[in-house]
Amino acid sequence: MADLNTLTLSELSDKLAAGECRSVDIVNDVLACIEERDGRIGAYLTLDRASALEQAQAADAARAAGACHPMLGIPVAIKDLINVKGQPCTCSSKILEGYVAPYDATVVSRLRAAGAVLLGRVNMDEFAMGSSTENAALGKTSNPWNLDHVPGGSSGGSAASVAADEAVCSLGSDTGGSIRQPAAFCGCVGVKPTYGRVSRYGLTAFASSLDQIGPISKTVRDSAILLDTICGHDPMDSSSIDLPATAFAAQLGSDPSLSGMKLGLPKEYFVEGMDPEVEKAVRDAVEHCRGLGAEIVDVSLPNAKYAIAVYYIIATAEASANLARFDGIRYGLRIDGKDPIELYGRTRAAGFGPEVKRRIILGTYVLSSGYYDAYYLKAQKVRTLIRDDFAEAFRQCDAILAPVTPTAAYRKGEKTSDPLKMYLDDILTTPINLAGNCALSVPCGFASNGMPVGLQIIGDAFNEEAILRVGHAYEQTTGWHRQRPEW
Amino acid sequence: MEYEATIGLETHIMQKTGTKMFCSCRHEYGAAPNTHVCPVCLGYPGALPVLNEKAIELCCKAGLLLGCAINPYSKWDRKNYFYPDMAKNYQISQYDQPLCLGGQLEVEVDGAMKTFAIERIHQEENAAKNTHVAGGSLVDYNRAGTALMEIVSEPCMHSAADALAYMNALKQIMQYGGISDCDQEKGQMRSDVNVSVRPVGQKELGAKVEIKNMNSFAFIEQAIGYEIDRQIAVLEGGGRVAQETRGFDADRGETFTQRTKEDAHDYRYFPEPDLMPVKISAEQVERWRAELPELPAQRRARYVSELGLPEYDAGVLTSDKAVSDWFEEAMRHTDNAKAVSNFIMGEMLRLLSGQGTAISESQVTPEKLAAIIALIDAKTISTSAGKQVFEIVFNEGGDPKTIVEAKGMAQVSDDSALEGWADEAIANNPKSVEEYKAGKQGAINFLMGQVMKASKGKANPGAVMQMLKQKLDA
Amino acid sequence: MSNATQGMDVGYVAHLARLELTAEETALFQGQLDQILHYVEQLNALDVAGVEPTAHAIPVYNVFRPDEVGRSLDHDDVIANAPSAANGQFRVPKIIDQ
Ligand SMILES: [Zn+2]
Repeated sequence: MADLNTLTLSELSDKLAAGECRSVDIVNDVLACIEERDGRIGAYLTLDRASALEQAQAADAARAAGACHPMLGIPVAIKDLINVKGQPCTCSSKILEGYVAPYDATVVSRLRAAGAVLLGRVNMDEFAMGSSTENAALGKTSNPWNLDHVPGGSSGGSAASVAADEAVCSLGSDTGGSIRQPAAFCGCVGVKPTYGRVSRYGLTAFASSLDQIGPISKTVRDSAILLDTICGHDPMDSSSIDLPATAFAAQLGSDPSLSGMKLGLPKEYFVEGMDPEVEKAVRDAVEHCRGLGAEIVDVSLPNAKYAIAVYYIIATAEASANLARFDGIRYGLRIDGKDPIELYGRTRAAGFGPEVKRRIILGTYVLSSGYYDAYYLKAQKVRTLIRDDFAEAFRQCDAILAPVTPTAAYRKGEKTSDPLKMYLDDILTTPINLAGNCALSVPCGFASNGMPVGLQIIGDAFNEEAILRVGHAYEQTTGWHRQRPEW
Repeated sequence: MEYEATIGLETHIMQKTGTKMFCSCRHEYGAAPNTHVCPVCLGYPGALPVLNEKAIELCCKAGLLLGCAINPYSKWDRKNYFYPDMAKNYQISQYDQPLCLGGQLEVEVDGAMKTFAIERIHQEENAAKNTHVAGGSLVDYNRAGTALMEIVSEPCMHSAADALAYMNALKQIMQYGGISDCDQEKGQMRSDVNVSVRPVGQKELGAKVEIKNMNSFAFIEQAIGYEIDRQIAVLEGGGRVAQETRGFDADRGETFTQRTKEDAHDYRYFPEPDLMPVKISAEQVERWRAELPELPAQRRARYVSELGLPEYDAGVLTSDKAVSDWFEEAMRHTDNAKAVSNFIMGEMLRLLSGQGTAISESQVTPEKLAAIIALIDAKTISTSAGKQVFEIVFNEGGDPKTIVEAKGMAQVSDDSALEGWADEAIANNPKSVEEYKAGKQGAINFLMGQVMKASKGKANPGAVMQMLKQKLDA
Repeated sequence: MSNATQGMDVGYVAHLARLELTAEETALFQGQLDQILHYVEQLNALDVAGVEPTAHAIPVYNVFRPDEVGRSLDHDDVIANAPSAANGQFRVPKIIDQ
């Protein structure tokens, strides 16, 4: 075993191009690693080894025939809420039992077109509702840095698989932090693209106006490569924006200087209850960026503190409608009843886990007659204020530096009994989804318990170039990302 | 006490698009169940709707035909309710910003012109089709997600006759406009009817009763009649009419309680995050307006003013768009509007109704009718021969001119031939000649008839008359 | 929002959402949701008069598709996913008019 699975996407891409290894070798190493470790990690829900190897052989054949793409032959783990034709798509829920996707999500079509190997499907919080991957009906996932700790969520399987070298890179989805937070907890890089940058077609919707698919990887460059591959206009998604083709990876140079860049530091982002170790790691990262030539400016996001209230109204309202389709009639689980009403009630009672039920009820309530204006409409208006804050901040800087989470990864079970407490941890990530901006998480140190800490770099809408540049420069000059969990 | 009924209609009309409202599945009636379905219209996880441009155009054109203003900004909303015919368990509709606002429909009811106000037209999606079988129901999603627009009238009608006239006019306009075929058998036009009754003179409206989802005009008429009587009876009896939703039992001709106000739905409307709002510019509206077809009322007026047809003819010709289109086509081949009108209203409609076929399928094409009329106008054949030719073409097809020649139907105007027949008639009927000379003008008609008989109908009647008069008056 | 402190009728809302809850779930959710609604009440402090609501993160208009027929799903795949089917259709318990 050459341990190809421990290399980065970009390193593997170079090796493949140079003929130093084959896709089949990479996939074999990744499969061997999964075999060895996934019993402890629990990242994968389904894995079709034969199919993965077949795709790898096809990629090798394509390369021999002259094809080239940085993703050609690279295995990618897919969060289990993205539809891949012919595969289950459980969303970690019992309600999608038996469902076989009859179509490919647009991101999946793009990966196929690039020749990537669709590796398997990884665990998540049910319907992406959660921050620890503990709300998962079909299996539990552990943090590779400490198996007693949560990997974060909802894209916990996506982050844990990459951190454990069980995948070279993965796709997650981010509605309120679900890529950035698990990436931070697992010491990976994760990017939440600007809303409209990546097609949502085929992504099982949690909150349609907030959801974005994005990459989780070992380096910023790897995320850039994956993002270049999956983004772009899609006529199947009305919210996808028609913009010129991107070259995020190509724009990442070797000069780590940040001179000429203004980086904002929002005072509201160092919140009460923040772990001082996390705060220190982030403040050190800010100083590091200053050392790279960036000008650090104070910015203010005065309404960010309302983000949790706004988020849990808007996201649950949209979810209450989005999840209404899981009714036991056209696909998935069904518990029969004497009439459709009884069938729905029973099917949904048996199929959804407690967190999903809680959020559906909350979302239904805030839209119901007599409460709409007080909750939903009000939240939409405060959302405007939050967007305006960011717009104002980006008049003063090119990107914003902040923590991803108030604490590093915590122990399993620590917060499961108190939903509100768990929600409050999303305070630093949800504002970005509400505003529609882009942001990434890059490793910036460790807490004293040995768990990784993430630095959040927030960009204006469609300015992924800026956050990738800052993240890449930071990463190249620090090396936190090269630290791996021990096995 | 005297009572007054107030009626409003919410009419759902399926637009004539090739594909569904939010996905590219074919919109086709009568296909095998669940063959025109995709992740979008089946409500699969991850599927997203995209607006059908043609449907938006048709909805706005329907609005323009009804005198609506096109909303410069309109948006989409989710209407939440669980029902097996709604794949996502919410319907994409338009709540507070529909495509079309305001509008009116001018209609003749019992000889008087009335104007009925239209509140709005919004675009939404159709439901699937449920069929009841032993022990359950079956759902076919072919119809699910097809383009459906809802035309909401003001509560401005007062009788079943008003409602019927409104719906007939609406149907005619939608057909003329190419918006919908409004085939009620295929569910392309259905109405919810709101009926309330109040004592004459009372300002506020009575409690509103909604009768849901009716496609037959006859049933709607019956239901309204029944409901007005029922509500008056309740009020007369000192009771209160309950605000509720009622169904119509066609077998009994009665309405019945379906859902009371207490268990009314809470639809939880909210803006559809998957669809972007629509902005329509004044220029776009004008482009669409320029493309609008002529409406029946406009056509009717033009037939009178420009073609010189009697009001009656214009009314008959325009009452059915297919007939009117046929007439228009015939007018491209002849200038004799009255002759075309006479043939359509006479021979054509009589023969069609006997056969039960559509005018578009007739073997007499507009071009062939024009040819027949040309033969008559050139006096090659008589009018009665023309009718015979028409009937032959209608039944057997063929070219009018060839038929006239083959059957020797050309009429005779040649003086030498007529002279023989005229002399013969005068010689054989001295009594009629006597009478005519004594001043009884009508007697000449008998002689004329004799000439026509002798010529086997081929003599040109005008020429015969002239010759007889010449001879007798000499 | 003043009603929030009185708590929501979890049973009624769950029925609207077609979720059959056990008594334990209802009691558990009642407490948790009341707590969340109480938290959300902080929005009351904000004056949003004159503020436009945001429904879409990125404002875009007029996204259409042409009225052209595309591919539908294979009928067998569609029915294969159905928990219960008959005659090529989805089978459900008898639908009563709502
Ligand atoms: Zn479809």
